[in-house]
Amino acid sequence: MADLQAGPSQLPPVAPVRPADGAPAAVTPAPRRTGPAGTRRSPVARVLTWLALGAATVVFTYPLLWLISASFKPRSEVFDNRLIPKSFTFENYLTVWQEAPLALWLGNTVLVTVLAATTVTISSALVAWGFAFFRFRGRNVLFGLVLGTMMLPGAVTMIPTFLIWNSLGQVGTLTPLWAGNLFGSAFYIFLLRQFFLGLPRELFEAARVDGANNWHMFSRIALPLCKPALVVTLLFEFQAAWTDLMRPLIYLRDSSTFTVPRGLKALLDQFGFGGDWHWELVVTASVITTVPMIILFFLGQRHFVEGIATTGNKG
Amino acid sequence: MSSQAAPLRGPRAAKPALRPGQRRNRRRARRAALLFISPWIAGFLIFTLWPVIYSAYLSLTDYDVINNPNFVGAANYADLFEDPKTALSLRNTFIYTAISVPAHVIVSLLLALLLNRAGRASGFFRTVFYLPKMTPPVAIGILVLLLFNGQNGLVNGFLGWFGIDGPAWTTDPSWIKPGLILMSLWTLGSSVIILLAALRDVPQELYDSAKVDGANSFQVTRAITLPMISGSLFFLIIINTIAGFQTFTEAYTAFFGSGNTTYSNDAALFYSIYLFQQAFEFLHMGYASAMAWVLFVIVLIVTVIQMVVSRRFVYYESGNNDG
Repeated sequence: MADLQAGPSQLPPVAPVRPADGAPAAVTPAPRRTGPAGTRRSPVARVLTWLALGAATVVFTYPLLWLISASFKPRSEVFDNRLIPKSFTFENYLTVWQEAPLALWLGNTVLVTVLAATTVTISSALVAWGFAFFRFRGRNVLFGLVLGTMMLPGAVTMIPTFLIWNSLGQVGTLTPLWAGNLFGSAFYIFLLRQFFLGLPRELFEAARVDGANNWHMFSRIALPLCKPALVVTLLFEFQAAWTDLMRPLIYLRDSSTFTVPRGLKALLDQFGFGGDWHWELVVTASVITTVPMIILFFLGQRHFVEGIATTGNKG
Repeated sequence: MSSQAAPLRGPRAAKPALRPGQRRNRRRARRAALLFISPWIAGFLIFTLWPVIYSAYLSLTDYDVINNPNFVGAANYADLFEDPKTALSLRNTFIYTAISVPAHVIVSLLLALLLNRAGRASGFFRTVFYLPKMTPPVAIGILVLLLFNGQNGLVNGFLGWFGIDGPAWTTDPSWIKPGLILMSLWTLGSSVIILLAALRDVPQELYDSAKVDGANSFQVTRAITLPMISGSLFFLIIINTIAGFQTFTEAYTAFFGSGNTTYSNDAALFYSIYLFQQAFEFLHMGYASAMAWVLFVIVLIVTVIQMVVSRRFVYYESGNNDG
């Protein structure tokens, strides 16, 4: 691995490419790489690149901006497709707050997501460490099994899992939405194990000499060193638990136990096509469901992006 | 593995016998490891292995949760092949996956290639492209209804600029799936990030030597970039195919549920939606279990085919295959 990564940096620095046609050479030091480096770009190609990136930016952001903007429009103007509302109103938020037990739904969702994220992070870290640090017979077979479970469609285990929670009397409660996370999750075990494998082994040999036991090596050395990976796990699971609709559909019956996505679906059925055509309320509830995730993203964007990048690394 | 009569130079014999102390250490390491792994082992037994076995059994029964399962043999599987809705949902799912997965990968690739040319600004665009991925799928289902609304949706408004009279995306059965596929492309940010990371791992000297040889940008992309990132492309194809076969939330939100009985939504009846309805709306748990197993077999076959085909096209750097 090490020799592969050293590749580009070992080369003598490539001379900065001069623009072909008299344009002033860039004064700023060349970034690590500006594309398949060395290929010269005409100004036309550059303009096209930036135009395409700009268009993509509009496509990726406009629907969210439109949604947020529409939530501040009165009922008659929701579909006027203006970005800045003609008449700005906060009315929708007040109405939706009265029509639906949103505070309760938000509370349920926060509870579920916090429990889901913390339990899965702790359990997955334990398991990942077991696979990363120790060498024992059957390890690769077991780890293969961990990865294999990721290929299993959720539909195969969905019904018996429902029956387990049903026989425990937990259907209708929030427990089935997070308690499975006590046992770790294959994807995060994989992610964290990759990170643990990157820690230098000498560190632990030295600690062993100093009398550290297995638990100390995990909790006092390995865990603090892999904080970034733990944050990635927390953030990913927080998002997954917050946005899940299928499990709340299966397990939650009473409106007072709903999570926000489940509640949003109920509001859509009540105020959307199904009934009263109050799209401004549906839009507003969608914003309330989505905005916490956008805040989460801006708090941890670096971790999201890096976490995703490592996921694909070992395809 | 090696037979007992193997000569001394067999792989096992080559290892020196363990000293007693070493053997004790190994036993201890194994016990400690199993202790760390035990949460997963427990979870695997309770929430994977038992459900898989029980679901196979249920698929051979009639079961409505209230009464005990009633063994019916392969009847569910026989019914499955005669149920027109199963065939319809399977067809919808195949169409959706067959179009959305290649579209997803191609658009992601184009965006990643663009980003790779954006220099320092690529960090900003990477963030922007990922943002939609944060939107809860249920809200995306609602966005489908709003943005693709035939009369006053944003999409048809945009098409109107070019004098195109957009279709009734959300009510015309032949336009429902195209709308859902287009909407699914909105959340490809994570694939762009994965491909961009792969592009940055392509060794610089390959590009340098191609330049020396006078290759143009298109040739470089075809002969160097694509083969070098083929592993990541293949990874994206596999996981998106598996996800495509299980697509549920967006279409269910937009076209199913108690609110939506006013028009035909057969065009959006995907396999997972029909399975969910059978299991939790009609309480046909046995039938739904049979559906789940059929889905599993289909996904398995498709994945194996993809893996076999990929052997021809995917290039792995030597020494990188041991992971």
